[in-house]
Amino acid sequence: MASKTAAAKDIITLHGSAAIVSEFFCYAANSILYNRAVYPEESFVKVKKYGLPMLLIEDESVKSFMSNLTSQISEWLEAGKLQRVVLVIMSKATGEVLERWNFRIETDDEVVEKGVSREKCDKEIMREIQAIMRQVASSVTYLPCLDETCVFDVLAYTDTDVAVPFTWVESDPKLIANPQMVKLHGFDTKIHKVDTLVSYKNDEWDEEE
Amino acid sequence: MDSGMNTSSHLKAQARCPLQRSYLPKKTSKENWDRFIPNRSAMDFDYAHYALTEGRNEKDQATKVSTSPSREAYRKQLAETMNLNRSRILAFRNKPQAPVGSLHKLHSVSWLDQQPKPLKPRRYIPQTWERMLDVPDIGDNFYLNLLDWGSANVLAIALDHTVYLWDASTGSASELMSVDEEKGPVTSINWALDGCNLAVGLDNSEVQIWDCVTKRKLRTLKGGHQERVGSLAWNSHILTTGGMDGKVINNDVRARSHVVQSYRGHTLEVCGLKWSGSGQYLASGGNDNVVHVWDRSSSTQWLHRLEEHTSAVKALAWCPFQTNLLATGGGDGDRMIKFWNTSTGACLNSVETGSQVCSLIWSKNERELLSSHGFTENQLTLWKYPSMVKMAELTGHTSRVLYMAQSPDGCTVASAAADETLRFWNVFGVPDKAKKAAVKAVPVPFSNVTRIR
Repeated sequence: MASKTAAAKDIITLHGSAAIVSEFFCYAANSILYNRAVYPEESFVKVKKYGLPMLLIEDESVKSFMSNLTSQISEWLEAGKLQRVVLVIMSKATGEVLERWNFRIETDDEVVEKGVSREKCDKEIMREIQAIMRQVASSVTYLPCLDETCVFDVLAYTDTDVAVPFTWVESDPKLIANPQMVKLHGFDTKIHKVDTLVSYKNDEWDEEE
Repeated sequence: MDSGMNTSSHLKAQARCPLQRSYLPKKTSKENWDRFIPNRSAMDFDYAHYALTEGRNEKDQATKVSTSPSREAYRKQLAETMNLNRSRILAFRNKPQAPVGSLHKLHSVSWLDQQPKPLKPRRYIPQTWERMLDVPDIGDNFYLNLLDWGSANVLAIALDHTVYLWDASTGSASELMSVDEEKGPVTSINWALDGCNLAVGLDNSEVQIWDCVTKRKLRTLKGGHQERVGSLAWNSHILTTGGMDGKVINNDVRARSHVVQSYRGHTLEVCGLKWSGSGQYLASGGNDNVVHVWDRSSSTQWLHRLEEHTSAVKALAWCPFQTNLLATGGGDGDRMIKFWNTSTGACLNSVETGSQVCSLIWSKNERELLSSHGFTENQLTLWKYPSMVKMAELTGHTSRVLYMAQSPDGCTVASAAADETLRFWNVFGVPDKAKKAAVKAVPVPFSNVTRIR
């Protein structure tokens, strides 16, 4: 996928870009689950990725969920049908949506239709992803505490003409009413541009101060 | 979704060639010239070229469905709405385990290993009925359910005071029973899962259970309802009855005191009643425009009350390939098909059909939905799910198609209308190619008209 040319730029194909984005999503989701304490700390294991110590969950069911997710996202990205991926954190007891991590994806249609490839330095993409991961980790400082047990879900916004595989169901958007929104960094592989946004429910405690 | 066909009589011509109508770009509609002068800057040449060449290609290929022009028009509309950034929201079916050891209620795991199916070649859907039978005195009452096809491949139909059986494998008809004048006309029939017991609901609020092999009445259920029983649904030994009094009653047909449970919630006649495939949920639709979903294990309180339809809901159908998906169809003032996720109660999709929806049937083999309609076309529409693209429109009935039933092998649909005909359509596939070869192809010659009586 990446070949060392005389210039510092590497060639990125549609397939490679889709792989980068879906991998990013997997690590980002794991990182969010760890930082927001959706799952206990003990269930995570450290790996090295993007030049940072990233945490991946060990739990089998979540791992298989993630791997199914990333392979399907990768497929949709290659077809250019994916518009955004949303990780939703809900309260287990009430089912109320507390946080929404919104990854908006812009695909370069020319690449999807014609199969050309782009050039961008691999390292630069890594740096951009690193910045996002650091921001996710630091987000714990301003996001409201999640005191109760939470569960997460992932929604995929796709084009209407996409063929839905058996394993996916239609869903409602699970929006938050009157959310606070924080825009994080994004990254760009020149084929797919990913923007990150987190919206969360207003914490009543903070308002009273 | 512009199939709103309630204006003029030359609509059929329009429906056959909508491409000529809808090709006129909307932007020039303000200019009222009698000669059409195109505005080149406003035209979408790419799409225009595609529309023209695609139409020509399709006429050449003999295997293509002849209703493709209407599909193309719909596809164009869909592309337009897509420009308004309408996207589809999907969630992965098999949710991961919740933290801290306690288990979520997982969705059915069995679907997890299935890969998305490769695209199959589109099958040919015959545009005309396979067979037509006369059904005199069927009446024109929207709220009744007079047709059902049992698992033993016998079709039962109620004509006024009499119930007839038609054996689909032999093509022979026989009279099952006839009720007295006072007991009123038959208002609903429903086969039990074994295919030999038939429940017959009457106008005087009684329900009779008949054994159709020996042609004997087994039981009469009295005292549950006060008015006619317009809808029935079996769930192993439980027979659920829906009445004009708005009550939904679960009857245990084995017990002497048969009323097990009574669900209250509807204020007007209960015209649609369907148990889910799992037998856990019951959907009921009423003349009060409300759909209730009842959980078998809970008490008399409903699980969901769905009030979005603006007209009577008789058409109800649980999806066979997606658990907790319910399709509902509204009557004359509503004309919509709505899809619901019954675990959350959320409405997933609403589709305008242009005509009252009298009944809905899901395909067992493909991801398709068949709906039957009334004024003006009296058609059966086959939709691809979930894109809701029209795959076929089957016309032939000259009055609203009130009742539909699906054959046990899932390939044929029987439709009965107030025009006193019962027509059979091989809309879900050809019987020979069916995987379950329970039904042999009927050896009667094509379009033979035989009388039941």
